[in-house]
Parts: sequence; structure tokens; C-alpha cells
Amino acid sequence: MIWANAIVQGILLGGLYALFACGLSLMFGVMRVVNLAHGDFAVLAAYLALAIITGLQVPVLWSALVVAPLFAMVGYLVQRFIIQRSLDVSPLTTMLVTFGLSIVIQNALLTALSANSQSLPSGSLASASLQVNGQMSIGYVSAIVFATAVVVVIGLQLFLYRTGMGRQVRAAADDQEAASVVGVNVRHVYGVAAALAFATVALAGVAFGMYSSFDPAAGPPRLIFAFEAVVIGGMGSLWGTLAGGIILGLAQVLGAQVDASFGVLAGHLVFLVVLALRPSGLIPARVT
Amino acid sequence: MTDTAVPAALPRVTRSRRSATWTAGLGVIVVLLLISLPYLVHTNITGLLVNIFILLALATMWNLLAGYAGLISVGQQAYIGVGAYVVLVLAGNGVSPFLAIPLAALGALLVALPTSFLVLRLRNEYFAIATWVVAEAFRLVVLRFPSLGGGTGASLPGMAGMDPVFRQALTYWAALAVVVATLLAAYLLLRSRLGLDLTAIRDNEIGARSVGVRITQAKRIVYLVAAAGAGAAGSLLIISQLNVQATSIFSVQWSAYMIFVALIGGVGSIEGPIIGTVIFFLLQQWLSDRGAWYLIIVGSIAVVMAMWLPRGVWGVVSDRFDLRLFPVGYWLHAPRPNPVETPS
Amino acid sequence: MIGANGAGKSTLMRAIAGLHAPVAGSIRLEGRDITHLAAHRRVAAGIVLVPEGRRLFGSLTLEDNLRIGATRSRPGSWNLARVFELFPWMAERRSRTTAFLSGGEQQAVAIGRALMSNPRILLLDELSLGLSPAIVRRLYDLLPDLLAGGMTILLVEQDVTQALRVSDRAHCLLEGRITLSGRPSELVPAQVEAAYFGLAKSAAAGGG
Repeated sequence: MIWANAIVQGILLGGLYALFACGLSLMFGVMRVVNLAHGDFAVLAAYLALAIITGLQVPVLWSALVVAPLFAMVGYLVQRFIIQRSLDVSPLTTMLVTFGLSIVIQNALLTALSANSQSLPSGSLASASLQVNGQMSIGYVSAIVFATAVVVVIGLQLFLYRTGMGRQVRAAADDQEAASVVGVNVRHVYGVAAALAFATVALAGVAFGMYSSFDPAAGPPRLIFAFEAVVIGGMGSLWGTLAGGIILGLAQVLGAQVDASFGVLAGHLVFLVVLALRPSGLIPARVT
Repeated sequence: MTDTAVPAALPRVTRSRRSATWTAGLGVIVVLLLISLPYLVHTNITGLLVNIFILLALATMWNLLAGYAGLISVGQQAYIGVGAYVVLVLAGNGVSPFLAIPLAALGALLVALPTSFLVLRLRNEYFAIATWVVAEAFRLVVLRFPSLGGGTGASLPGMAGMDPVFRQALTYWAALAVVVATLLAAYLLLRSRLGLDLTAIRDNEIGARSVGVRITQAKRIVYLVAAAGAGAAGSLLIISQLNVQATSIFSVQWSAYMIFVALIGGVGSIEGPIIGTVIFFLLQQWLSDRGAWYLIIVGSIAVVMAMWLPRGVWGVVSDRFDLRLFPVGYWLHAPRPNPVETPS
Repeated sequence: MIGANGAGKSTLMRAIAGLHAPVAGSIRLEGRDITHLAAHRRVAAGIVLVPEGRRLFGSLTLEDNLRIGATRSRPGSWNLARVFELFPWMAERRSRTTAFLSGGEQQAVAIGRALMSNPRILLLDELSLGLSPAIVRRLYDLLPDLLAGGMTILLVEQDVTQALRVSDRAHCLLEGRITLSGRPSELVPAQVEAAYFGLAKSAAAGGG
């Protein structure tokens, strides 16, 4: 039954990856922007959460309530002043600019703080788990993170399909020009989408900090996992992103069952295979 | 009586102007000077130049990919690593590491060939991340082989008996040869028909396809050449460092350096990476004792340049002074009108 | 606005809507200079474009396509109910995507979308493009009612006869300049032809 436990852990890990991937999927789906600093912003959020937890003596879950709205504002500003400017130059410039930002953030964290790994003190939550049977247990942290991922996906779907602003976001994503001539302020809408994406990044960062330890260089691997989850699940569908995260989590955990150091590589191989077979991922976007 | 109108002359098309001959001459002089450096200066300086040459070779190749083929790769470090490990393996089997340099380039090219069939089908963002994941996959695969050093790294055999000064001089000349070869390769490739095809692809892919340009083939050639260049750079790295460690040689940091150099110097010209590398190293010297500040500052400069001066420093210079040092374009000379002759 | 292909009619419409910044000159709405006003703000000012080729939003339902038109609506009588009144067939297809609508139906949705913001000036770019004559006639039959409500319509039309039939004033564009302006009733066909093809110009320049 070790495999059954591995499957469960893989699925739960998928929740963390899905949380990372949501923001990336949103920004790519709406603006065709791949934020290569995505993982680094998550790490930044984790450090910020750490500062809040230790400075204000609040429990870890409360820190998320502070960090997420803060990052939403940061996201809006980054989108309107940096990413929009890069988009105006050329679509590929955005990749280069966010790549540069990634390096700057990593080294700024390294300079300001130390290279030592940290983790978010989750108190009693960290070791608490639900013992299902002899070999299977579900950690409270993993369960909470998975649940958060599902809530975030549902929330984003509701926003996109049930609100007026969500409608504007989808319209701007379909046809930027047509949207502007019907009265949509596309730049502002992009800012809103980025704000939401960054809020989810903040949540992902806090989740990551609870899950494992982090250091200034922990960003890029998270970005890669996020992108892999998005591609495996199919661009353009948030439920697909959740599925992609789960498949990636499964690949990594099952790979690690086979051989302890094979986990991450297994994930890369699944990603490359999906890319070779179906660049649009497993759940194709709705025909537009 | 009839008018015999002599048709007006067609415009003359040449590949270069006089400034190019100056550049060629200057280039030869510079190269001769560089060759003689080990006899003139301390090994500290030649050692620094080795690093500059390696980075220039890498940046030139990256610029070829991004500025001309439109392929933004964040994964060239895959081939840097392949090059280094080819040298390691060959040196372990008795081949002189210096002779292994061209073999390292070839090895990287051979690995790039099947990889190209996977990644060249992908657009922009997918391509970039896929190249990065490929590099990560290579890293993880290499880490699984203890014979290649595993996590701690391996030292390069076959150099033990050599006099250190001589070895450093040889390393220097090898690096000089590689960077000159890389620049020449880029220049010749861009001056050729392929170069024209690439410019067409860069400007308008659909238009290029409609006039018969074989797009995938053009991109594949550039991808393979860039991989070979990165492989050669990797071989220089292991030779100059005398050891190799998987996580550092396959690190995305190399892509960061290439990208920053290209953004600062200017993407889309051969001169750009040269200027960018010089600026990069000047900054490094100036900020050498500030640790991570160096990357923060260089990264910030690169980001600012990408947004406000997308053609880089060279772009500004060449526009201001109307200068092209490497003649890869075409010059159109307007004809002088012929007088029409009419018989009296 | 009439004129041959490439005369600049669509470009002019798009410039008025705010999609192209003019290199020289200005755009004035009731005396107010709006040359540098962003496109979405022009909608609030009352200028709405129905773009060439419809440009409906593929991932939005028919109803959403209409509702988004009201993002920046001005006070007025146009709303969802009234658009459904104008096009009764839309009500039952409101929750479907627009991809499977016919060309004429899509054009109707595009017009409905524009009406939702209660425009003062409706810019109709190539209404008849790709549509059958019957459908085109039905669409043109809508125009008098819109005009009666106080709206101004700027119409770009390839079919000269159709254009002259419905308009109060006609302008002919050639290579980006207006070559003829006037009330259709006062224009002679030969005049229009000359302005359309630039015959007067080439006649003046001498034989080729």
C-alpha cells in the first residue's frame, strides 16, 4: 500500500503546483505574458510572510491574509509599469525583462538576507496529520494547500465567468483592439488580471513555505514546475491547470518511489513527452 | 530619325562600404596583438581574457539565435555542459583536452540535433521554457553518473604534467581561437543566403514562407551552430577551471549572462555582444568585491535597456554614427543618370 | 464614406475610434479636441465603432457580447431588452457562443453591442462585407430608426448606390484625401465616378 500513499501524496503535492500554476496560467491566457520571475515572487512572498509571522507574532495562515492583498497591489503596479512597457516594445521582450527581474530579485534577497534556508513556522500544523491507515497519512498542511488550490480555481472561474470585470478580462484576452472600442480599458484590465495572478502567487509562496524550506534561489525550480503544470494541463483552462498540477505531483512522487533522486527528472520527462505529443496540453482550451 | 535612349543605369548593390575594410584591417591587427599577449602580460590578464572570450562566444551565439532566428533560448547551458563533459570523458580516455575542443563542439551539435526536433516545433514561450527544462534534464541525468563526478564534480585529467604558465597560455590561445571562430562563423552565416533568409523570417515569418524560405531548416541550422558554439565554450570552461560540476555548468546563470550581455550591447547585430561583453566585464571589475550587488546592478541595467533602448548600446552608436563594422547587410548606391544621346 | 479599396476609409474610422494616432491634424467632437483621447474613453464620449469583420469575442456568449458593450454606457434608451426587441432571434440564443452564428447574425450582434453604450456617433465599417444582399438590405432597414433616435451614423460602404441611398451627406475618399463631398441628391453619377477613381486628377496630369 506504499504506492497508494504515494499516489495520495502526489495528488496533494499537485495542489501546491496548481496553486503556483494558476497565476502563470492567468497571465499567459489573458496577456500572453510568461512571467519568468513568477517563482521568485512566490519566494519573496514567503520571506515577507516569515517577517510578518516573526515580527507580528501571528500564525502562519493569518500572514497569508496580509501578504496576498499586498501582492495584488504589487502585481497591478508591476503589470502597468514594467510588463506593459515591455509588451509595448515586443512580446518577447517581456520574457527577457521578467528573466532579468528574476535574477535581480534572487540576488537582492541574497544580499539582504542570507543564503540559508528558512521555512515558515507552522506550529502544531506542521506535523499534524490524519492517519488513514497503517501506511497512509494525510498531512494537514498538504490538505489545506490542496483545498486552497481548489478554492482558488473555483474563485477565479467565478470571477471570470460571473462578474462584469471578469467579462472584460475575457474580452480583452480574446481581442484587445475590439475590447478597447467597446469601452474596455485594456491596460487597467490587464492590471487587474495581474493583481489576481500575483495574489495567487503570494498564496503559493506561503503554501510553499509551509510545505518545505526555501532560500533566495528557490524561485526558478518553482517556475519550471508551474509552467510544466500549465502545459501538461493545457493552456486556457484553470481546471486543466489543476489537473496538470496533479499529474506533475504524481509523476514526481511516483518517480521518487522508484528511486529517491528520480522524482524531479520524472516530472521533466512527463512534461517533455506531453510537449512532444500535444503542445496544447491534455485539456484543450475552448475553441475561440 | 529615331531616338536611341540609353537606359538609365541600375542601382549598384554592394555588401560593404569603406568602413568595413578599416574594420577588417583593425581586426587583423587586434587579433595579432591578442595572440602575442601571453608573452607580454601576466597570467592574471590572460586569465581574465579567457573568461571574456568565453562569454563573448556564448553571447554571440545567443544573439544569433535570438536576434536573427527569433529563438529566445534560456537553455543554452545544456550544450555548455555537454561540451564540458565530452572533454572530461575524452580526457579520461587519453585524448588531450585541447584537441577535444572541436570534438566537444561536435558532440554538442550531435546532441542538439534530436533535441531540435522537439523544441523547434514550439513557439516563443514554450520554446524558451522547453530549452530550460532540457538543460535541467541533462543536469539531473549527469548527476546520476558517479563516474562523471556526481554531485561533487570531477577534475580534468591529462593536465597534470604541464607547466602551469604554458598551460594557461595554451588555454588562452584556445579561447582566442574559439571566440574568433565564433565571430567568423556568425559573420559568414549572416552574410550568406541563410542570413538573408533569417532576416526575412525575423521581420515577417509568413511573408518569408510565402517566398519559399525554408523556415524550420534555417532555424535548425542556427540552433545547431549555436549549440556547437556553446559546446566549445563549455570545453574552454572545463579546461580553464580544471574541473567541472554538474549543477554549476548546467546552471541557468549562464543564460542570464548571455542575455544580459545581449540586452546591454544590443540584440540583432554582431557588434552588440562585443560591446555588451566589454561593459559586462568592466562592471564586474568595478563591483568585484560587492558580491551579489553585481548581478543586481547588471540585471537592472539589462531590464532598463530592454524596455527603453531595445537595440542596446550598439544600436544607439550605430544609429548616431551610421556605423556598421561587420558588413552583413546590403548597400544600395543610387546610379548617376546617363545623358540621353540623340543623333543630330 | 465611399471610396475604392485602399482609399483609407477604414483607417479613418479606426483613427476616429482611437485605434490609430493621427500623425497630423486633429479630431474634434462638438468642439472638444479628442485627438489624444484613449479609445475606451471615446466610448464614454459617445463614439462607438462597429469594426470591419465584426470582431465579436469568441469566448463570450451572445449575451455577454452584448453586455460588454455597456461597459462604458451613456444614459439613454438602449439596453439589453431593447436590443432583444430589435433582434428577437437573439433572446433564445443568448447563452450560446457566437462562433456558430451566420455572418449576418454576427453583424447584428456587433451592432447590438455597439448600441448598448448609447452612442451619439455610430461608426459602421463595411457593414455589408461578406453578407448576402438580402441580409444587407435588412441591416440597412434598421438605420432610419437609429437615426430617428438622434444618433449620428458614419457609414463606410463599398456599394456606392446603397450608400448614397441611405445617407444625408456623402464623402468620397481617394488615397487618404476627400475628393468629393455633398448631399447625394445634388451629386451627379459622373461626378462621383470621377472622384472615386481619381479621373479628374489623372486627366489634369496629362497622358501617361
